[in-house]
Amino acid sequence: MTGNIENPVVELLFQLADDDYLFSYRGSEWLGLAPHIEEDVAFSSITQDTMGHATMFYRLLEGLGVGVADSLAHIRPASERKNSILVERPNGEGYYMDNPQYDWAYAVARNYIYTTAKKIKIDSLKSSSDETLRDAAVKVSMEIYYHLLHWKTWFVQLFNATEDARKRMTTALEKVLADCGDLFSYGEAATAITNAGLIESEEVLVNRWIEYVKPVFETIKVEVPTFGKPQQNGRNQEHTKELQQAIDTMSEVYATDLAASW
Amino acid sequence: MAAVDIMIDQIYKVLDTVKDPEIDTVSVLDLGMVEHVDIDGQQVVIKMLPTFSGCPALNIIKGNIERAIKTVENVDSVEVQFIFNPPWTSDRITEKGKAGLKLFGIAPPPKYLEEDGSWHVECAYCGSDYVTMDNIFGPTACRSILYCKSCKNPFEAMKPISTIM
Repeated sequence: MTGNIENPVVELLFQLADDDYLFSYRGSEWLGLAPHIEEDVAFSSITQDTMGHATMFYRLLEGLGVGVADSLAHIRPASERKNSILVERPNGEGYYMDNPQYDWAYAVARNYIYTTAKKIKIDSLKSSSDETLRDAAVKVSMEIYYHLLHWKTWFVQLFNATEDARKRMTTALEKVLADCGDLFSYGEAATAITNAGLIESEEVLVNRWIEYVKPVFETIKVEVPTFGKPQQNGRNQEHTKELQQAIDTMSEVYATDLAASW
Repeated sequence: MAAVDIMIDQIYKVLDTVKDPEIDTVSVLDLGMVEHVDIDGQQVVIKMLPTFSGCPALNIIKGNIERAIKTVENVDSVEVQFIFNPPWTSDRITEKGKAGLKLFGIAPPPKYLEEDGSWHVECAYCGSDYVTMDNIFGPTACRSILYCKSCKNPFEAMKPISTIM
Protein backbone atom coordinates (compact mmCIF):
# COMPACT_ATOMS: atom_id res chain seq x y z
CA MET A 1 0.00 0.00 0.00
CA THR A 2 2.97 2.37 0.26
CA GLY A 3 3.17 2.71 -3.54
CA ASN A 4 5.27 5.63 -4.62
CA ILE A 5 4.64 8.01 -1.76
CA GLU A 6 7.51 10.46 -2.08
CA ASN A 7 6.62 12.64 0.86
CA PRO A 8 3.88 11.55 3.28
CA VAL A 9 3.61 15.11 4.69
CA VAL A 10 2.61 16.36 1.24
CA GLU A 11 0.03 13.58 0.90
CA LEU A 12 -1.57 14.35 4.25
CA LEU A 13 -1.51 18.12 3.68
CA PHE A 14 -3.36 17.72 0.38
CA GLN A 15 -6.05 15.66 2.12
CA LEU A 16 -6.47 18.24 4.88
CA ALA A 17 -6.33 21.23 2.52
CA ASP A 18 -8.73 19.83 -0.07
CA ASP A 19 -11.19 18.76 2.64
CA ASP A 20 -11.39 22.25 4.14
CA TYR A 21 -11.41 23.94 0.73
CA LEU A 22 -14.43 21.98 -0.52
CA PHE A 23 -16.20 22.11 2.83
CA SER A 24 -15.84 25.93 2.78
CA TYR A 25 -17.01 26.12 -0.80
CA ARG A 26 -20.20 24.23 0.01
CA GLY A 27 -20.63 26.48 3.04
CA SER A 28 -20.21 29.62 0.96
CA GLU A 29 -23.00 28.48 -1.39
CA TRP A 30 -25.36 28.82 1.59
CA LEU A 31 -24.59 32.53 2.00
CA GLY A 32 -27.86 34.46 2.10
CA LEU A 33 -29.90 31.26 2.19
CA ALA A 34 -29.58 30.12 5.82
CA PRO A 35 -32.83 29.85 7.84
CA HIS A 36 -32.37 33.23 9.56
CA ILE A 37 -29.99 36.16 9.49
CA GLU A 38 -28.04 35.28 12.65
CA GLU A 39 -27.40 31.85 11.19
CA ASP A 40 -26.19 33.46 7.99
CA VAL A 41 -23.65 35.44 10.04
CA ALA A 42 -22.56 32.37 11.98
CA PHE A 43 -22.34 29.96 9.05
CA SER A 44 -20.40 32.40 6.88
CA SER A 45 -18.01 33.16 9.76
CA ILE A 46 -17.38 29.43 10.21
CA THR A 47 -16.87 29.10 6.47
CA GLN A 48 -14.36 31.95 6.51
CA ASP A 49 -12.42 30.32 9.36
CA THR A 50 -12.41 27.02 7.50
CA MET A 51 -11.13 28.60 4.31
CA GLY A 52 -8.40 30.08 6.52
CA HIS A 53 -7.48 26.54 7.58
CA ALA A 54 -7.36 25.42 3.95
CA THR A 55 -5.11 28.42 3.23
CA MET A 56 -2.77 27.42 6.05
CA PHE A 57 -2.45 23.89 4.67
CA TYR A 58 -1.93 25.05 1.06
CA ARG A 59 0.73 27.52 2.30
CA LEU A 60 2.52 24.70 4.11
CA LEU A 61 2.53 22.83 0.79
CA GLU A 62 3.92 25.94 -0.87
CA GLY A 63 6.64 25.99 1.77
CA LEU A 64 7.53 22.42 0.81
CA GLY A 65 8.05 23.53 -2.78
CA VAL A 66 4.95 21.80 -4.15
CA GLY A 67 3.53 24.89 -5.88
CA VAL A 68 1.94 28.27 -5.23
CA ALA A 69 -0.81 28.06 -2.60
CA ASP A 70 -3.45 29.86 -4.72
CA SER A 71 -2.99 27.62 -7.71
CA LEU A 72 -2.89 24.48 -5.56
CA ALA A 73 -6.26 25.59 -4.23
CA HIS A 74 -7.91 26.73 -7.45
CA ILE A 75 -6.31 25.19 -10.49
CA ARG A 76 -5.89 21.50 -9.66
CA PRO A 77 -8.57 19.46 -11.46
CA ALA A 78 -10.88 16.99 -9.72
CA SER A 79 -8.68 14.12 -10.88
CA GLU A 80 -5.89 15.39 -8.59
CA ARG A 81 -8.00 16.17 -5.52
CA LYS A 82 -7.72 14.22 -2.27
CA ASN A 83 -10.76 15.44 -0.37
CA SER A 84 -13.35 13.06 1.04
CA ILE A 85 -16.55 12.40 -0.93
CA LEU A 86 -18.65 13.94 1.87
CA VAL A 87 -17.40 17.51 1.34
CA GLU A 88 -17.89 17.54 -2.43
CA ARG A 89 -21.57 16.57 -2.39
CA PRO A 90 -23.87 19.41 -3.48
CA ASN A 91 -26.08 21.11 -0.90
CA GLY A 92 -29.22 19.98 -2.72
CA GLU A 93 -31.07 20.54 -5.94
CA GLY A 94 -30.55 23.70 -7.98
CA TYR A 95 -27.66 26.14 -8.13
CA TYR A 96 -26.87 28.81 -5.55
CA MET A 97 -27.49 31.54 -8.12
CA ASP A 98 -30.61 29.95 -9.53
CA ASN A 99 -33.46 28.40 -7.58
CA PRO A 100 -31.43 26.67 -4.86
CA GLN A 101 -33.49 23.96 -3.14
CA TYR A 102 -30.95 23.32 -0.42
CA ASP A 103 -31.66 21.04 2.51
CA TRP A 104 -30.87 22.56 5.91
CA ALA A 105 -31.10 19.19 7.65
CA TYR A 106 -28.40 17.86 5.32
CA ALA A 107 -26.23 20.93 5.99
CA VAL A 108 -26.51 20.46 9.78
CA ALA A 109 -25.85 16.70 9.62
CA ARG A 110 -22.89 17.06 7.26
CA ASN A 111 -21.38 19.98 9.18
CA TYR A 112 -21.70 18.23 12.52
CA ILE A 113 -20.17 14.96 11.31
CA TYR A 114 -17.41 16.68 9.34
CA THR A 115 -16.47 19.05 12.19
CA THR A 116 -16.37 16.31 14.84
CA ALA A 117 -14.18 14.17 12.53
CA LYS A 118 -11.96 17.19 11.95
CA LYS A 119 -11.60 17.71 15.69
CA ILE A 120 -10.44 14.11 16.18
CA LYS A 121 -7.87 14.47 13.40
CA ILE A 122 -6.65 17.86 14.62
CA ASP A 123 -6.24 16.54 18.17
CA SER A 124 -4.11 13.70 16.82
CA LEU A 125 -2.06 16.14 14.73
CA LYS A 126 -1.16 18.01 17.93
CA SER A 127 1.22 15.12 18.65
CA SER A 128 2.45 14.77 15.07
CA SER A 129 6.10 14.01 14.39
CA ASP A 130 6.02 17.06 12.09
CA GLU A 131 6.40 20.40 13.84
CA THR A 132 4.54 22.50 11.24
CA LEU A 133 1.56 20.14 11.46
CA ARG A 134 1.60 20.41 15.27
CA ASP A 135 1.59 24.22 15.13
CA ALA A 136 -1.17 24.32 12.53
CA ALA A 137 -3.25 21.90 14.61
CA VAL A 138 -3.06 24.12 17.72
CA LYS A 139 -4.27 27.08 15.66
CA VAL A 140 -7.15 25.20 14.03
CA SER A 141 -8.16 23.64 17.32
CA MET A 142 -8.85 27.00 18.97
CA GLU A 143 -11.11 28.07 16.13
CA ILE A 144 -13.12 24.87 15.64
CA TYR A 145 -14.00 24.97 19.33
CA TYR A 146 -16.70 27.47 18.36
CA HIS A 147 -17.70 25.56 15.22
CA LEU A 148 -18.28 22.41 17.25
CA LEU A 149 -20.48 24.23 19.75
CA HIS A 150 -22.51 25.65 16.91
CA TRP A 151 -23.16 22.48 14.91
CA LYS A 152 -23.73 20.36 17.99
CA THR A 153 -26.46 22.78 19.10
CA TRP A 154 -28.26 22.58 15.75
CA PHE A 155 -27.76 18.82 15.45
CA VAL A 156 -29.22 18.00 18.87
CA GLN A 157 -32.00 20.59 18.75
CA LEU A 158 -33.30 19.56 15.34
CA PHE A 159 -33.21 15.86 16.23
CA ASN A 160 -35.10 16.56 19.43
CA ALA A 161 -37.60 19.01 17.90
CA THR A 162 -40.79 18.04 16.05
CA GLU A 163 -41.54 14.69 14.43
CA ASP A 164 -41.02 16.26 11.02
CA ALA A 165 -37.63 17.68 12.03
CA ARG A 166 -36.53 14.31 13.37
CA LYS A 167 -37.61 12.55 10.19
CA ARG A 168 -35.71 15.01 8.03
CA MET A 169 -32.61 14.79 10.22
CA THR A 170 -32.71 11.00 10.15
CA THR A 171 -32.86 10.97 6.35
CA ALA A 172 -30.10 13.58 6.14
CA LEU A 173 -27.85 11.73 8.58
CA GLU A 174 -28.24 8.50 6.62
CA LYS A 175 -27.22 10.31 3.46
CA VAL A 176 -24.18 11.82 5.21
CA LEU A 177 -23.09 8.52 6.75
CA ALA A 178 -23.26 6.75 3.40
CA ASP A 179 -20.44 9.09 2.29
CA CYS A 180 -18.24 8.73 5.37
CA GLY A 181 -16.29 5.66 4.25
CA ASP A 182 -13.25 7.68 3.27
CA LEU A 183 -13.53 10.43 5.87
CA PHE A 184 -10.78 9.01 8.11
CA SER A 185 -9.05 7.13 5.30
CA TYR A 186 -5.59 8.17 4.10
CA GLY A 187 -6.05 6.11 0.93
CA GLU A 188 -3.00 4.55 -0.65
CA ALA A 189 -0.77 6.83 1.44
CA ALA A 190 -2.00 5.32 4.73
CA THR A 191 1.07 3.24 5.59
CA ALA A 192 3.49 5.99 4.64
CA ILE A 193 1.56 8.59 6.66
CA THR A 194 1.20 6.53 9.82
CA ASN A 195 4.71 5.04 9.63
CA ALA A 196 6.08 8.58 9.56
CA GLY A 197 4.16 9.30 12.76
CA LEU A 198 2.33 12.23 11.21
CA ILE A 199 -1.06 11.21 12.61
CA GLU A 200 -2.58 8.13 14.20
CA SER A 201 -4.11 5.33 12.13
CA GLU A 202 -7.58 5.38 10.65
CA GLU A 203 -8.76 2.65 13.06
CA VAL A 204 -7.58 4.56 16.15
CA LEU A 205 -9.23 7.78 15.01
CA VAL A 206 -12.54 6.15 14.04
CA ASN A 207 -12.79 4.54 17.48
CA ARG A 208 -11.92 7.83 19.17
CA TRP A 209 -14.57 9.58 17.09
CA ILE A 210 -17.18 7.03 18.15
CA GLU A 211 -16.32 7.67 21.81
CA TYR A 212 -16.42 11.42 21.22
CA VAL A 213 -19.87 11.56 19.59
CA LYS A 214 -21.43 8.85 21.80
CA PRO A 215 -22.89 11.25 24.42
CA VAL A 216 -24.48 13.36 21.68
CA PHE A 217 -25.99 10.33 19.96
CA GLU A 218 -27.35 9.22 23.33
CA THR A 219 -29.03 12.62 23.70
CA ILE A 220 -30.77 12.24 20.35
CA LYS A 221 -31.51 8.54 20.95
CA VAL A 222 -29.81 7.34 17.81
CA GLU A 223 -27.34 4.48 17.67
CA VAL A 224 -23.73 5.57 17.17
CA PRO A 225 -22.90 4.95 13.51
CA THR A 226 -20.10 2.82 12.15
CA PHE A 227 -18.41 3.67 8.87
CA GLY A 228 -18.34 1.04 6.14
CA LYS A 229 -15.76 0.48 3.42
CA PRO A 230 -15.89 3.38 0.97
CA GLN A 231 -17.51 2.76 -2.43
CA GLN A 232 -15.28 5.50 -3.78
CA ASN A 233 -12.20 6.82 -2.00
CA GLY A 234 -11.60 10.52 -2.47
CA ARG A 235 -8.11 10.14 -0.97
CA ASN A 236 -7.22 8.09 -4.05
CA GLN A 237 -8.63 10.77 -6.36
CA GLU A 238 -11.91 8.93 -6.96
CA HIS A 239 -14.63 11.57 -7.12
CA THR A 240 -18.16 12.43 -8.21
CA LYS A 241 -18.84 14.70 -11.20
CA GLU A 242 -20.04 17.43 -8.83
CA LEU A 243 -16.49 18.03 -7.65
CA GLN A 244 -15.26 19.50 -10.93
CA GLN A 245 -18.34 21.76 -11.09
CA ALA A 246 -17.55 23.05 -7.61
CA ILE A 247 -13.90 23.72 -8.49
CA ASP A 248 -14.89 25.47 -11.73
CA THR A 249 -17.28 27.81 -9.93
CA MET A 250 -14.89 28.51 -7.07
CA SER A 251 -11.93 29.25 -9.34
CA GLU A 252 -13.83 31.21 -12.00
CA VAL A 253 -12.56 34.62 -10.91
CA TYR A 254 -9.03 33.44 -10.10
CA ALA A 255 -8.77 31.73 -13.51
CA THR A 256 -9.69 34.93 -15.40
CA ASP A 257 -6.30 36.44 -14.56
CA LEU A 258 -3.71 34.19 -12.97
CA ALA A 259 -1.22 37.02 -12.54
CA ALA A 260 -3.58 39.41 -10.74
CA SER A 261 -2.93 40.37 -7.15
CA TRP A 262 -6.12 40.13 -5.08
CA MET B 1 22.11 52.72 23.74
CA ALA B 2 23.50 50.66 20.87
CA ALA B 3 22.43 51.59 17.36
CA VAL B 4 20.47 48.40 16.98
CA ASP B 5 18.55 49.05 20.20
CA ILE B 6 17.65 52.54 19.03
CA MET B 7 16.41 51.04 15.79
CA ILE B 8 14.30 48.43 17.56
CA ASP B 9 12.89 51.12 19.79
CA GLN B 10 11.89 53.16 16.75
CA ILE B 11 10.37 50.15 15.02
CA TYR B 12 8.16 49.43 18.03
CA LYS B 13 7.10 53.08 18.15
CA VAL B 14 6.05 52.87 14.51
CA LEU B 15 4.31 49.52 15.04
CA ASP B 16 2.20 51.25 17.68
CA THR B 17 0.86 53.55 14.94
CA VAL B 18 -0.21 50.66 12.66
CA LYS B 19 -3.84 50.06 13.52
CA ASP B 20 -6.10 47.09 12.94
CA PRO B 21 -7.73 48.10 9.62
CA GLU B 22 -11.13 47.11 11.00
CA ILE B 23 -10.66 48.63 14.48
CA ASP B 24 -8.77 51.90 14.15
CA THR B 25 -8.46 52.48 17.90
CA VAL B 26 -6.16 49.49 18.47
CA SER B 27 -2.64 48.94 17.14
CA VAL B 28 -1.21 45.61 16.01
CA LEU B 29 1.15 45.90 18.96
CA ASP B 30 -1.71 46.22 21.46
CA LEU B 31 -3.47 43.26 19.87
CA GLY B 32 -0.43 41.20 20.79
CA MET B 33 0.24 40.25 17.19
CA VAL B 34 3.94 41.20 17.14
CA GLU B 35 6.07 38.30 18.33
CA HIS B 36 9.57 39.29 17.32
CA VAL B 37 11.55 41.95 15.49
CA ASP B 38 14.77 40.76 13.86
CA ILE B 39 17.38 43.18 12.57
CA ASP B 40 20.25 42.23 10.35
CA GLY B 41 22.11 45.36 9.26
CA GLN B 42 19.43 47.38 7.46
CA GLN B 43 17.12 44.43 6.92
CA VAL B 44 14.16 43.99 9.22
CA VAL B 45 12.10 40.84 9.64
CA ILE B 46 8.96 41.09 11.75
CA LYS B 47 7.39 37.86 12.97
CA MET B 48 3.66 38.25 13.50
CA LEU B 49 0.98 35.99 14.92
CA PRO B 50 -2.27 35.88 12.95
CA THR B 51 -5.33 36.36 15.17
CA PHE B 52 -7.78 34.19 13.22
CA SER B 53 -6.34 32.17 10.35
CA GLY B 54 -9.04 33.21 7.88
CA CYS B 55 -8.96 36.91 8.77
CA PRO B 56 -8.93 38.91 5.50
CA ALA B 57 -7.31 41.85 7.30
CA LEU B 58 -4.01 39.96 7.66
CA ASN B 59 -2.72 40.86 4.20
CA ILE B 60 -3.71 44.49 4.68
CA ILE B 61 -1.91 44.54 8.05
CA LYS B 62 1.17 43.02 6.44
CA GLY B 63 1.23 45.71 3.73
CA ASN B 64 0.61 48.52 6.22
CA ILE B 65 3.45 47.38 8.48
CA GLU B 66 5.89 47.05 5.60
CA ARG B 67 5.05 50.54 4.36
CA ALA B 68 5.30 52.07 7.83
CA ILE B 69 8.57 50.43 8.86
CA LYS B 70 10.28 51.45 5.62
CA THR B 71 10.09 55.04 6.87
CA VAL B 72 12.30 54.20 9.88
CA GLU B 73 15.80 55.57 9.58
CA ASN B 74 18.45 53.10 8.33
CA VAL B 75 15.85 50.52 7.32
CA ASP B 76 16.45 49.22 3.84
CA SER B 77 14.06 46.27 3.60
CA VAL B 78 11.15 44.94 5.66
CA GLU B 79 9.62 41.52 5.61
CA VAL B 80 6.55 40.54 7.62
CA GLN B 81 6.18 36.83 8.31
CA PHE B 82 3.16 35.18 9.90
CA ILE B 83 4.10 32.34 12.23
CA PHE B 84 1.95 29.96 14.27
CA ASN B 85 4.18 29.20 17.19
CA PRO B 86 3.40 30.51 19.73
CA PRO B 87 -0.28 30.69 18.78
CA TRP B 88 -2.05 34.02 19.18
CA THR B 89 -4.40 33.97 22.16
CA SER B 90 -6.77 36.70 23.28
CA ASP B 91 -4.88 37.23 26.56
CA ARG B 92 -2.07 38.81 24.51
CA ILE B 93 -4.15 41.98 24.13
CA THR B 94 -2.64 44.72 26.30
CA GLU B 95 -4.51 46.96 28.76
CA LYS B 96 -4.16 49.82 26.28
CA GLY B 97 -5.56 47.51 23.62
CA LYS B 98 -8.55 46.66 25.79
CA ALA B 99 -9.27 50.36 26.33
CA GLY B 100 -9.04 50.93 22.58
CA LEU B 101 -11.49 48.12 21.89
CA LYS B 102 -14.00 49.62 24.32
CA LEU B 103 -13.66 52.99 22.62
CA PHE B 104 -14.73 51.28 19.41
CA GLY B 105 -17.75 49.65 21.07
CA ILE B 106 -16.16 46.24 21.47
CA ALA B 107 -15.91 44.59 24.86
CA PRO B 108 -12.46 43.10 25.46
CA PRO B 109 -12.26 39.30 25.58
CA PRO B 110 -13.03 37.79 28.99
CA LYS B 111 -10.05 36.50 30.93
CA TYR B 112 -11.61 33.23 31.96
CA LEU B 113 -13.88 30.58 30.57
CA GLU B 114 -16.30 28.94 32.98
CA GLU B 115 -16.09 25.19 33.34
CA ASP B 116 -19.08 24.73 31.03
CA GLY B 117 -17.35 26.81 28.34
CA SER B 118 -19.52 29.89 28.91
CA TRP B 119 -18.01 33.32 29.42
CA HIS B 120 -19.03 36.69 30.79
CA VAL B 121 -18.38 40.18 29.52
CA GLU B 122 -19.58 43.62 30.44
CA CYS B 123 -21.33 46.02 28.06
CA ALA B 124 -18.74 48.00 26.10
CA TYR B 125 -20.80 51.18 26.59
CA CYS B 126 -22.24 51.20 30.12
CA GLY B 127 -20.26 48.44 31.84
CA SER B 128 -23.38 46.55 32.92
CA ASP B 129 -23.19 42.78 33.18
CA TYR B 130 -26.92 42.48 32.42
CA VAL B 131 -26.21 41.34 28.86
CA THR B 132 -27.27 38.51 26.56
CA MET B 133 -25.37 36.71 23.82
CA ASP B 134 -27.07 37.35 20.52
CA ASN B 135 -24.65 35.48 18.29
CA ILE B 136 -21.33 33.90 19.21
CA PHE B 137 -20.30 34.70 15.61
CA GLY B 138 -20.15 38.29 14.46
CA PRO B 139 -19.21 40.64 11.64
CA THR B 140 -15.58 39.51 11.76
CA ALA B 141 -14.04 36.18 12.77
CA CYS B 142 -12.81 37.53 16.11
CA ARG B 143 -16.05 39.10 17.38
CA SER B 144 -19.39 38.05 18.86
CA ILE B 145 -22.64 40.05 18.95
CA LEU B 146 -24.26 40.80 22.32
CA TYR B 147 -27.11 42.93 23.61
CA CYS B 148 -27.09 45.05 26.75
CA LYS B 149 -30.39 44.89 28.63
CA SER B 150 -29.38 47.84 30.82
CA CYS B 151 -28.57 50.50 28.23
CA LYS B 152 -30.46 48.72 25.43
CA ASN B 153 -27.55 48.79 23.01
CA PRO B 154 -26.28 46.00 20.85
CA PHE B 155 -22.51 45.69 21.20
CA GLU B 156 -19.72 43.36 20.19
CA ALA B 157 -17.14 41.44 22.18
CA MET B 158 -13.83 39.88 21.21
CA LYS B 159 -14.11 36.09 21.45
CA PRO B 160 -11.88 34.47 24.03
CA ILE B 161 -9.25 32.33 22.30
CA SER B 162 -7.06 30.06 24.36
CA THR B 163 -4.96 26.95 23.88
CA ILE B 164 -7.16 25.04 26.33
CA MET B 165 -9.83 25.02 23.59
